[in-house]
Amino acid sequence: MKILSLNFLTCAVKACKSSSDSYPLHPKDAELVQDEIEVNAQLLVNLLPRLDWTALSTTATELGFPALPPQPPSAEDLQADDKTLRDLHNLLMETQIMEGKLVCGNCGHEYAVREGIANFLLPSHLV
Amino acid sequence: MSRPEDTLSADIHYDDTEARKYTTSSRIQNIQASMTHRALELLDLPGPSLILDVGCGSGLSGEILSSIPPEEGGPHAWIGMDVSASMLDIALQRDVEGDLMLADIGQGVPFRAGTFDAAVSISAIQWLCNAESSEDSPTARLSRFFGGLYASLKRGGRAVCQFYPKNDDQKKMITGAAVKAGFGAGLLEDDPETKNVKVYLVLTVGGGAIEGSGGDITGVVRGMEGVDVLDARRNQKSGKGEIKKGSKAWIMKKKDQMERKGKVVKATSKYTGRKRRTAW
Repeated sequence: MKILSLNFLTCAVKACKSSSDSYPLHPKDAELVQDEIEVNAQLLVNLLPRLDWTALSTTATELGFPALPPQPPSAEDLQADDKTLRDLHNLLMETQIMEGKLVCGNCGHEYAVREGIANFLLPSHLV
Repeated sequence: MSRPEDTLSADIHYDDTEARKYTTSSRIQNIQASMTHRALELLDLPGPSLILDVGCGSGLSGEILSSIPPEEGGPHAWIGMDVSASMLDIALQRDVEGDLMLADIGQGVPFRAGTFDAAVSISAIQWLCNAESSEDSPTARLSRFFGGLYASLKRGGRAVCQFYPKNDDQKKMITGAAVKAGFGAGLLEDDPETKNVKVYLVLTVGGGAIEGSGGDITGVVRGMEGVDVLDARRNQKSGKGEIKKGSKAWIMKKKDQMERKGKVVKATSKYTGRKRRTAW
């Protein structure tokens, strides 16, 4: 599970749809793996306005990454500064949660992550 | 042809052997590849995008999304959802680039609003029409899926879902559910009326259509070769209310109806429904 996906995932439980605590999901006992992936600058520029920077900062801190700058970089920053681009790429694309859990802040439901695949199947009473 | 949807649910049908058979069959690989390319053509993405692959299975379609060369607007990043753990296991072994999730699309799409540029689904959504337990119904599953998909796509985004409808009723049910969720929906059929017919449900969110087409789904296929637009909405206008009672067309319609009921109907001649002189 990439950190990029984690920035978009919310709790799937029906009762959590209306709660603001159900996003972002909090990683727990996460084992991280770094994979080499080619940098795709255009994709990152395209994704940048859609990222929730506050949520991303929370996730990064919870996973033990150095604190992110308080403001998201602009598209021009990314294109001009190779280091910002690389750092963001490393965090979003190359870092993967292999094992662990994702916990909803509202209902406390734990989604297991095994071999990099998160299990979002719900028992029928929660749908 | 047998339909696996009728007998078992997707997660049970695609067990380890079935998933392996599916992925290694070169025939299925070819069909899946051509359908994915067709779906991408319909999505018409301008640059590298984030795509949701609904029912990604072993990543046959996702592989193509990641392999689009930069000059054609790729490579795209994708997140795949599938309900079969065995299929995902094979996707892991094949080392696909996208992110995988074990999730039932009939339970909704757990992403926040406006996440994806586009969504593709190859041979998956017909599985939604079968509910295995008594507490679930196909309509509820379809509405949760399309509702979730609608929310998770950005404004102006598109989704292309190729599926195998069992009959016209199922086609109507799926399209109806998509329209109810707020999508602009249209069906594209490749090779219609042959055994190889492929049905694509093309969905647009908000201003997904091209300028000048009036926010219409037909804008998506405008300019494509060999596409006939059949607009069912146009026919509705010349429906019931238009025929004047007592006119020749009305008489012909009635005669037709009676004939279909098996009643004895007088043969139509040049005198049928002719205009009479005004009464003196």
